Amino acid sequence: MMSWQLNKKYYPLLVTIGLFILMFLYGSINYTGFASPQVVLNLFIDNAFLIIVAVGMTFVILSGGIDLSVGSVIALTSMVTAILLQANVSPVIVIPAALLIGPILGVMMGSLIHFYNLQPFIVTLAGMFLARGLSYVISVETIAVSDPFFQFMANTKIYFGNFYISISVLIALAIVAAAIFLAHYTKFGRNVYAIGGNEQSALLMGLPVGRTKILIYTLSGFCSSLAGLVFTFYMLSGYGLHANGLELDAIAAVVIGGTLLTGGVGYVAGSVVGVLILGIIQTLIVFEGTLSSWWTKIAIGVLLLLFIVFQRLSSVRGRSKSQTVTQH
Amino acid sequence: MLKSRLFWPILVLVIILAINLFVDPGFFKVEVKNGHLTGSLVDIVNRGAPLILISIGMTLVIATKGIDLGVGSVVAMSGAMAAMTIGQSMASDTSLTPLFIAIAAALGLSLAAGLWNGLLVSRIGIQPIVATLILMVAGRGIAQLITNGQITTIYYEPYSFIGGGYLLTIPFSVYLVAAVLAIALFMTKKTALGLFIQSVGSNPEASRLAGINSKNIILLVYVFSGFCAGVGGLILSSNVASADGNNAGLWFELDAILAVVIGGTSLMGGRFFLMGSVIGALIIQSLTTTIYSIGIPPETNLLVKAIVVIIVCLLQSSEFRQKVLRPRTRKPLKKEPENSSNEQEVKIS
Repeated sequence: MMSWQLNKKYYPLLVTIGLFILMFLYGSINYTGFASPQVVLNLFIDNAFLIIVAVGMTFVILSGGIDLSVGSVIALTSMVTAILLQANVSPVIVIPAALLIGPILGVMMGSLIHFYNLQPFIVTLAGMFLARGLSYVISVETIAVSDPFFQFMANTKIYFGNFYISISVLIALAIVAAAIFLAHYTKFGRNVYAIGGNEQSALLMGLPVGRTKILIYTLSGFCSSLAGLVFTFYMLSGYGLHANGLELDAIAAVVIGGTLLTGGVGYVAGSVVGVLILGIIQTLIVFEGTLSSWWTKIAIGVLLLLFIVFQRLSSVRGRSKSQTVTQH
Repeated sequence: MLKSRLFWPILVLVIILAINLFVDPGFFKVEVKNGHLTGSLVDIVNRGAPLILISIGMTLVIATKGIDLGVGSVVAMSGAMAAMTIGQSMASDTSLTPLFIAIAAALGLSLAAGLWNGLLVSRIGIQPIVATLILMVAGRGIAQLITNGQITTIYYEPYSFIGGGYLLTIPFSVYLVAAVLAIALFMTKKTALGLFIQSVGSNPEASRLAGINSKNIILLVYVFSGFCAGVGGLILSSNVASADGNNAGLWFELDAILAVVIGGTSLMGGRFFLMGSVIGALIIQSLTTTIYSIGIPPETNLLVKAIVVIIVCLLQSSEFRQKVLRPRTRKPLKKEPENSSNEQEVKIS
């Protein structure tokens, strides 16, 4: 009985993983060369930054909020990094400075949300405008990065036999591991779930709601900045239009990963699989060759629909079951 | 209450417009040239027409505690549909049949999109932000599918009248905005519909128990929002005589939500202020115009927008007003017991 209930909790996560395996099998059967481990590793290499952003976004969404600023923070971080490196500042200074951008913005947004009771949607929207505006103020041109350290980070391949990953993948996996620990084995993580479940109850229980909320947006900001660095490794340039609309991909990945947008329910690991599913859709379309790029958007939309309806149906069933229990 | 809600947005709009006066003393001059009303103010209303329309639709959606993220995509879809149905009709073609077919097809698609959102929210019970996210992502794909990924140029002359034409010296788009606004105001002020919408937004369950058909009210506001976005898409595509599935109406949903919030409608649903949203949309449009006319690099547009958003939201936040704007009234109250000081504050604010 106990194990069955435990299983039910992981249902959305299992469905997500199952879907990923199905898509991979479909690709392997239909296209030659798809069934290579490198294809899977490439999903990680090409989406390392999205994984990092989705991890931060998971915490925000778990708490019942939303962070629209992530894509712009990536752009701003890449821009600041590129312009500082262009001015021959050492990466030892540039990287910590760049990593501060997101948290500073996050603290500001979190404070506005908490102290003045403003809507996360509107505040992070302002953050999105602010970060992208700032990166345009720095420059409207693309700035190439030629620093040896960044080149090293971009080009190093870590081999496992014949297959390789990039350093960025290691960073992303480290963040995922840290986030899973943070979500399930710390007070902070439990507070996040509690606030997402019911903010009023969390407050009445004496949980530090305000501090946790501000920390959540700070964490998301840090993830965005780190993703911005990884993105700079990936693109080797800074540009104000980088990662345009990435916040949507991140939110979609989190939702496909089984996290409820109302908050309180979901897993960091699910978001990672969500990112991989977005990645595999693109890979499938590339392998297919005849499909145009806009089918990616339609496919993501259809997947979102399937997942949301699935979640809705399973939550309705869960609720009716608990109602019959109380009636007895 | 209504006055105080509209006071801040109007003040901000006046300040933005007044800034222009320092740069260009002739800013407020409106004159008739070649039978066309021209001037910066007319420009703002004309350019802002799609955003105003979408904000009107968005207001009603937000009043029901919902949100419609799909409007930007609907703008793109509507323009794409119109461009496709007009197809090869040439500039020389003076028959009006293609125009009406295009309008019907574009609005039909927009209504279908609104119906889709409405059904997801009202019948399946999906949260609005998620339900409309689907169309926000997939809608641009569909728009590109319709135009085959190309930026489709429209050569057909009568179509340009929607966004660029003049009727009795006033831009035609202004009539469209006025008509939609009049319909929305009439339906919400002169019929019970406005009260129903407000009631559904405040408490859907209580409204249902009171005998209001919450589901159909919610369905209706999404369909109306789709319609507004569709008309907005027609104006926009007609204005630039082309349809771009990728970039038409990009971030319109955010601007429209912004306009609604600036206008004083809370994202928590309930009370709504249609005129406030119109003013909000005008603020956003005049901000853009001002940035160009002052000569600030257009890249900083986003920066200024961010600052204005924060200021307007802070001014509307009762917490902010109590903590920051009225420090003097708070200090003397400190010595009094908690309860009475709370009462005092409520009276003051």
